[in-house]
Amino acid sequence: MRSFRFAGLLLLAVGVCAQAQSPTYGLGRAPTAEEVAAWDIAISPDGKELPAGSGTVAEGEELYVQKTCFVCHGLNGTGATAPRLIKRDVGEVDDPWDYGRVLPIRSPYATTVWDYINRGMPLGMEGTLTPDEVYSIVAYLLFLNDVIEEDMVLDQDSLPNIEMPNRNNFARVPDWFPGQPRLEGYPY
Amino acid sequence: MSSRQSDRREFLKRGAALAGGLGLAAAKPASAQLPDPEGMIVGTDDLVAYGKRSRFEDSKRIPHGGRHSPDAFGLDFHIAAPLQESVGVITPSSLHYVGTTRGSYVPDIDPAKHRLMIHGLVDRELVFTMEELRRFPSVTRLHFIECAGNRSRSSHTTVQETHGMTSCAEWTGVLLSTLLEEAGVQDGGEWIVAEGVEEVKGASTIPVNKAMDDCILCYGMNGEAVRPQQGYPLRLLVPGFEGIFNVKWLRRIKVVDQYYMTYNDYGHLTQDPATAALGYQIGPKSVITFPSGSQRLPEPGFYEISGLAWSGGGKVARVEISTDGGRSWQDADIRGEPQPMAHTRFSMNWTWDGNECELQSRCTDELGQVQPSRAQVAAFWNQPPDQPVRVKGQDNSIQPWRIDSDGNVHNAII
Repeated sequence: MRSFRFAGLLLLAVGVCAQAQSPTYGLGRAPTAEEVAAWDIAISPDGKELPAGSGTVAEGEELYVQKTCFVCHGLNGTGATAPRLIKRDVGEVDDPWDYGRVLPIRSPYATTVWDYINRGMPLGMEGTLTPDEVYSIVAYLLFLNDVIEEDMVLDQDSLPNIEMPNRNNFARVPDWFPGQPRLEGYPY
Repeated sequence: MSSRQSDRREFLKRGAALAGGLGLAAAKPASAQLPDPEGMIVGTDDLVAYGKRSRFEDSKRIPHGGRHSPDAFGLDFHIAAPLQESVGVITPSSLHYVGTTRGSYVPDIDPAKHRLMIHGLVDRELVFTMEELRRFPSVTRLHFIECAGNRSRSSHTTVQETHGMTSCAEWTGVLLSTLLEEAGVQDGGEWIVAEGVEEVKGASTIPVNKAMDDCILCYGMNGEAVRPQQGYPLRLLVPGFEGIFNVKWLRRIKVVDQYYMTYNDYGHLTQDPATAALGYQIGPKSVITFPSGSQRLPEPGFYEISGLAWSGGGKVARVEISTDGGRSWQDADIRGEPQPMAHTRFSMNWTWDGNECELQSRCTDELGQVQPSRAQVAAFWNQPPDQPVRVKGQDNSIQPWRIDSDGNVHNAII
């Protein structure tokens, strides 16, 4: 009897596991590949979501004016109302963090720069830049900050491989578990 | 007793009350009987359809952090809630604080056209209409949200300025875990990226452990639809995490294998592992809302000290109050049953003797985390004592209010 009961429990457990792998409510539908492609705009550090296209520093320099980036960010990437885009003039530094909180130099990944310009710029005309234009503007900003050479062409292969100065120079956020204090050992 | 008898008894009681009322009225000026015509609110179809508060109540939100909101283009930035006039624990939806990731237009979304997509490392990619989301089993929970920029400065004069970037509402929606189980998270799905539909399409990377624990896809707020400024028709609630994680106008959840370092995530970027660890979760925190900065005690005598306590770590376990600048502490009364990651109202009966004094409150949460004084924070981080304290991560330090002998209350942050 006992073994039967045990077998029953086992069956139940298997049943629960199997159920967890199939939908319970049957609501919603599968998106089409086109729908996913159109919305899948968050770019991972490995760049797998980057679209086809390419851009150059020279094209980016033109677009920086043409797309009115300079109005808010300044002709030289600084001196206007929006966050500065060129590293602080602090000469040679040991720690790239000293260049200041400037996205195209501080970000550990060039993909973050591409992602943000693509999703959030230009102000009031978000989502209007083509992939080629975004590649070009990113190229120009990285060139301004001495991250890449003037003749580099950015595309979905080259951009994720750019060694940003802080690539390994930042603190990873820790794993999180329910009931976890903010910081182990932090008395408060 | 028959119902007829009880009706008669009720009638007699009312009659006696009416007679008493008339007697009283005869002894008083006519104006005490009934409000005069100017003192009446004439009913309108609008007021029947959707009520509003008394014209004598003027509690209102203010732009936060020195940046006007809305700005010249109609963009909303940060807006602070008037905690100094708050009672209970629920922030009315009209007074709930507002944060936007960059300053954004509030999207005007037709819920019939809104969709939520769940995709990435899942067995089944899914798209839901709002109607379908409302068919799922739902939860209703009290939760606070707090902006990481909710930071008291010595220049702030009121609790609205020092602490107004937090609010608490009753949220209703579907647990994110319900939908992620429906989609089937695959091995390696360690994070989710949650993304909104506003023009900057604010996106944050969130640990999948949190997503599976208690995150809610909310369509309801304080008994009605989520307000547009709060993400209508759908916003993500990430209880206890910094405000920016609570993605509004939510349209996409992608299950991913790595930290995406979105622009929102970049906002948390730091070189210090300890500061990075402090970047998710709100610490135990409390503030006295009465008496608070810029209020005035008219005279010595009895007052109820009252305030709000909360923690991203769970329920509030204890709140203490000091009336002598932190030298001695007494347990405050906690009103009702504290809820996890929700504002909790505390109070203490107090007789002010008319002398200058300093009020503080200190929260301990169910994990045993204790709200620190600014001096304790400075000591922990070895900050030089001659410089202003810099609280790393979200600021949960103790807020001191000084009451002068004339009854005026001031922010005593140094």
